[in-house]
Amino acid sequence: MSQKKFLSAKNTEISVDQSRTQRSVVQDRTYFLRIKEHPWLSVASFIFILFIWEMMSRLQWIPPLFLPAPSEILSEGWSMLKTGLIFKHVFASLSRILWGFSIACVLGVIIGILIGFFSIPEAIGNPLIAATFPIPKIAILPLLILWLGIGEPPKVAVIALGVFFPMVINVYAGVKNVDPLLIKAALSLGSNRARIVKKVILPSILPMIFAGMKLGIGIALLLVVAAEMVAADAGIGFMILTAADLMQTKKLMVGLVILSLLGIFFNWLFQKLERVFIPWKQ
Amino acid sequence: MDLVFVSSFDIRISSLRFMRVLIDNISKAYTDRKGDVTEALRDIHFAIEESEFVVVVGPSGCGKTTLLNIVAGLLSPSSGQVVFEDIRFDSTPPTAIVFQDFALFPWRTVLKNVVYGLEERGLKKEDQFEIAQRYIAMVGLQGFENKYPHQLSGGMKQRVAIARALANDPLLLLMDEPFSALDAQTRILMQYELSRIWEETRKSILYITHHIQEAVFLGDRVVVLSKRPGRILDIVKIGLPRPRSEHLTGEKRYWEYVNQIWGYIKGQVKEPLEEIL
Repeated sequence: MSQKKFLSAKNTEISVDQSRTQRSVVQDRTYFLRIKEHPWLSVASFIFILFIWEMMSRLQWIPPLFLPAPSEILSEGWSMLKTGLIFKHVFASLSRILWGFSIACVLGVIIGILIGFFSIPEAIGNPLIAATFPIPKIAILPLLILWLGIGEPPKVAVIALGVFFPMVINVYAGVKNVDPLLIKAALSLGSNRARIVKKVILPSILPMIFAGMKLGIGIALLLVVAAEMVAADAGIGFMILTAADLMQTKKLMVGLVILSLLGIFFNWLFQKLERVFIPWKQ
Repeated sequence: MDLVFVSSFDIRISSLRFMRVLIDNISKAYTDRKGDVTEALRDIHFAIEESEFVVVVGPSGCGKTTLLNIVAGLLSPSSGQVVFEDIRFDSTPPTAIVFQDFALFPWRTVLKNVVYGLEERGLKKEDQFEIAQRYIAMVGLQGFENKYPHQLSGGMKQRVAIARALANDPLLLLMDEPFSALDAQTRILMQYELSRIWEETRKSILYITHHIQEAVFLGDRVVVLSKRPGRILDIVKIGLPRPRSEHLTGEKRYWEYVNQIWGYIKGQVKEPLEEIL
């Protein structure tokens, strides 16, 4: 029998009366909101699904022409790696992404700041963006080919167009949401308009720039594949399309795996870069 | 009397006569989209002398912050003007502001926040650093130079903001309810700190608050504003000795001033105001 003492309102000690039968203890009712982590489950379920897939292919439940086993895809990928064939396609796609993405980021940031911070560019730019943004960018590719020929420029341009819009819209929203108090503070400390853009607006919108980049890289992957399927002689999209034409399902699957890995890699890269460039956000 | 402080890098002070700031018949009315006119301030007229600590106190929404923004050059008055007498200044603003919500740059460390104004004035890096260190020490933040604002408490953030404003060596320091976002205990400590910092720097200060005890504790004169549209009800000269410190709040005269000002303001507000008395 524990005899815990409690102080009552009148400063007299009372003790818990164990003989009382009715006792209701208050429970924490938020317990289900706590974030539970299941690191093993994530890994195990992934391996399990691969295993089932492998089994189904090995047992010929699914014809390999439709869905080759993971091990087959892996060995196909390995042989493509050894012959260097894979690099040719990956580099072709990556260089298109890099060019298009970089051009779009630079233009998106500059134009986003202009239309966000200055009234005349805003009046001109806003309706143009509203009108062109809804067009699926791949639909513009034929026009771009007409203008720029069938080489690299139309592919780079279509990627740039696709990445430009999420970028410019994010930057614009970022500029509009810059804390006006910080602008006042900068003004009161002697900054002029140009200095405010550099020293207040730019650092303020960095998180939005990264958000735009993360959105943009997904779009870039999508568009590079689509553009390469329309007209190209190298690239992951080209590789997937020709493999499908020749019923080389394994090769096709290798292309899909590469795209998945590229997506994961870019996501990881931007998270790292965000940590480096936005150290005050942690 | 106090001497005018002429620092080596400051070319704004062209006269050795005492500076004076005239708030010359300032009125401000806002017109909204429907064309309705809201009068915020009416005929505000007073002067701030060199090294004087002037506090503006009034009920919520009486246009105190509007007045401060006009003096800072962040808002145009509808009529009247703000004049700095016996001074000629260049493009550097003659004022610096300490805001209620700190307004620190979150991407800059404490040191980088404090040097902001000095960067804009094009000072040499060594000079920037030296001046910043002096004011960081003055507000008691040595050792925190490389922390980001989000790593600091509210009281420490406001110390950074005060150091940042002082480092720019303004002719007039503007403070807009600087301690209203702090908890009550920190607020009292910061009042003592500010009183000490004023003794050290003897800056001219225009201080906005709705806290009457704070106004009496800090001010040389207290400008009492009416409810909207804000008019001057009275300017109370606080004849309490300096340096002001903790024991002041136990003195009878201190409470007489508080009650006198509360008397003015009580008549202005129907509902009881938060945080007053």
